[in-house]
Amino acid sequence: MDWLLNFPQLDAGFLLNTKRFIDGSLKALTRGYGQSIEEFFYPLLQVLTFFEQVMIRAPWPLVIIAFAAIAWYAARRWTEVAAVVLTLVLIGLMGLWKETMMTISLVLSATIFSIAVGIPLGIVMNRYKRVGAAMKGVLDVMQTMPPFVYLIPVVMLLGIGRVPGFIAVVVYAVPPIIRLTDLGIRLVDKEVLEAADAFGCSRSQKLWKVQMPLAIPTVMAGINQTIMMALGMVVIASMIGVQGLGLSVLQAINNQYFTQGIFSGFAIVGIAIIFDRISQAYGRRLQQHRGTTHE
Amino acid sequence: MSKSETSIEIRNLYKIFGPDPKAWVDPVRRGMSKEELGNSHGHILGLNDINISMPAGKIQVIMGLSGSGKSTLIRHINRLIEPTAGSIVIDGRNILEMSEDELREFRRRGTAMVFQKFALLPHRTVMDNVTFGLEVRGIDKAKSREGAMRWIERVGLKGFETRYPSELSGGMQQRVGLARALNNDTSILLMDEAYSALDPLIRTDMQTMLLDLQKELGKTIVFITHDLDEALRLGDNVVILRDGSIVQQGDSQEILLRPADDYIQRFVKDVNRGRYIKIDRIMEPLNGTEAGSLPRLALGTPLEIAVKELSDTSSSAAVVTGAGGRPVGIVSQRSIMAAL
Ligand SMILES: Nc1ncnc2c1ncn2[C@@H]1O[C@H](COP(=O)(O)OP(=O)(O)O)[C@@H](O)[C@H]1O
Ligand SMILES: [Mg+2]
Repeated sequence: MDWLLNFPQLDAGFLLNTKRFIDGSLKALTRGYGQSIEEFFYPLLQVLTFFEQVMIRAPWPLVIIAFAAIAWYAARRWTEVAAVVLTLVLIGLMGLWKETMMTISLVLSATIFSIAVGIPLGIVMNRYKRVGAAMKGVLDVMQTMPPFVYLIPVVMLLGIGRVPGFIAVVVYAVPPIIRLTDLGIRLVDKEVLEAADAFGCSRSQKLWKVQMPLAIPTVMAGINQTIMMALGMVVIASMIGVQGLGLSVLQAINNQYFTQGIFSGFAIVGIAIIFDRISQAYGRRLQQHRGTTHE
Repeated sequence: MSKSETSIEIRNLYKIFGPDPKAWVDPVRRGMSKEELGNSHGHILGLNDINISMPAGKIQVIMGLSGSGKSTLIRHINRLIEPTAGSIVIDGRNILEMSEDELREFRRRGTAMVFQKFALLPHRTVMDNVTFGLEVRGIDKAKSREGAMRWIERVGLKGFETRYPSELSGGMQQRVGLARALNNDTSILLMDEAYSALDPLIRTDMQTMLLDLQKELGKTIVFITHDLDEALRLGDNVVILRDGSIVQQGDSQEILLRPADDYIQRFVKDVNRGRYIKIDRIMEPLNGTEAGSLPRLALGTPLEIAVKELSDTSSSAAVVTGAGGRPVGIVSQRSIMAAL
C-alpha cells in the first residue's frame, strides 16, 4: 500500500542532477556573458537614471504644476486637478517627496515601455490567430507566475539595481495592454468594418483608420491596468534594489517602523489614485465619440 | 454628371453557407430544397440560381422578407461575400476573376455602399466621414473637402460638418451615409435596407431625395428593402426573393397586376394599388370611339388620379393621350375598378 500513499516521484538523484544542470548552466551563462549582458542593458540604465534624476532634481513647484497640467488636459475637470495637487502636497509634507519621485519615474518609464511593446504585440496577437493563441498561453503564465520566481533568473543575470527592477515591473505589467489591444480590435463593430472593406480599405488602412482609433478606449483601460500593476510591483521590486517608496516600505517592515510603513503605504495609494483618475478620465473623454452610434 | 453606363449581370449565382459548400451546389441544382439542405445536411442555402440583368442607370430593387437572402445577394456585387458558383459581370468584366488589388480598386472607384445601420465611423466628424472614401484612395483631404461640402449640403446637412455621428438622429446619420457614398462618384450605388431603420415620415423624405438625386445622377442603384411600398415607389425594376430564390421579377405594374404566387399576393394585398398602377396598363384601343366629349388623361397617370378625374367630371371613361396630346387609347371606370 505504500505506493498509494506516496506519490511515485522521479528518482531523487535524477531530480537533483536536473536542478544542478539547469542552475549550473544559468550560472555559467552569467559568468560567461554577464559582462556583455550588462553592457547590452547599459543604455537602458542610462535612460532610467536620467529620467529619475530629472524627476528628483526638478523644483517641486514645477513638478506639481506639470502634474496639474496633465490632469487638466486629461480630465478637463478642476476637481481632478485639485485632488492631484493635494495628494502631492501631502506626500511632500510627510517627507516622502524624493522616494515618490523615484517611484513615479520607474512606474512611468515601465508604462511607456509597456505601451511601446504591448500595443504592437496586441496587434500581432489579433492579426495572426495561431501566434495569438501561443501568446495567450505565455501571458497566462506571466500573469499567474509569482513574481519572485522570475526575479531569480533576472537577478542571477543582471544582479540587483534599476534595470532588473525595471524588467521585473514590465514583465508583470505588460500583459493587460497586450490583451486589451487585441480585445479592443476584436470589439470593433462588424458593420463598420464591412463599410471599411466596401470602400476598398487595404489591411493597414483598416487597422489605422478604423480598428485602432475605435479600440483606443479599450487600450486605455489596458494602460490604466498596466499602471496599477506597475505600482503594485514597486514593493516587490524594492527587494532587488529599486529605490523609492517600495524600499521605504521594505525598511519599515524589516525594522518594524509602523508609522513609516503607513506613510509610505499611503503615498503609494495616493499616486495610484492620481494615475487611476487621470487615465480613466482621459479614457472616458476618448470614449465620447467612439462608443457605438445610437440606434 | 453623365448617366451611368454600368450594367450588372448576375448569372446562375449560388451561395451556400457551411463547411463544404461546393459539394452541395449540384444537389441544389437538381432541386434540393433549402429545408432539406439545412435540416439533413447542415448547410444553409443562401442564394439559389439567381439570374438578374440590372440595366445601367436604373434603380433595381430587391425585395423579400427577413432572411430571404437580400443582404447576401447585394454583398456579392462588391464581393464582400464570395459566391459558391456563378458569375457576376459588371461592365463586361467578371468581377470574380479580379485579383485582390483589382478588387480593391473596383471597390474604391466602381461601387459605393449605404448600410442599414449606417456604419459610420463614430470617431470622425460628418465631414471626415464623407471624405473617407477619397481618403482611402489617397486623395488629399484638403482637396476632397470642397466636393464633400457640396454633398453634405445636397443631403441637407449644411452646418453639421463638424458634428459627430452620435450627435445626430438616425435620419441625419443615414444622410451622412448617403453623402459618404455619393462623394466617391461611383457608377454603382449599393443600398442595403438603407431606409429600414428610419421612421416612416423621414423614410418618405429620403425616398424623395433619392429619386431627385437619381434624376440628376442616373447611377446604377441596387436598393434593398423588405417594404413593398418602398420597392414600388423607387424601383424601375423589382426582384422578389424568397428563401434565396427569385420568385418574380419585373416592373412594379407587373408585380401588382400579376403577382406570381401567394407569397407575393400577400405582399401586394395591403398596398395602395391606385398609386402605383398606371392607366397605360389597362387602357383599351380607341377603336374609333368618339373622343370629343370625354376627359383626357396623359399616359403614366396613376389610377388613383384617374379615378378622381373621372368622378370630378362624372363620366364613365376617359381618353388616354400620348406625346403631344394625341389620343392613344381609352380607359373606362369599370376597368379601373377591376384593376384596383
Ligand atoms: N455567414 C453566414 N453563415 C451562415 N448563414 C448565413 C450567413 N449569412 C447569412 N446566412 C443565412 O442566409 C440567409 C439569408 O440571409 P441574409 O442575406 O442576411 O437575409 P436578408 O438580408 O434578406 O434578411 C439566412 O437564412 C441567414 O441565416
Ligand atoms: Mg439584410
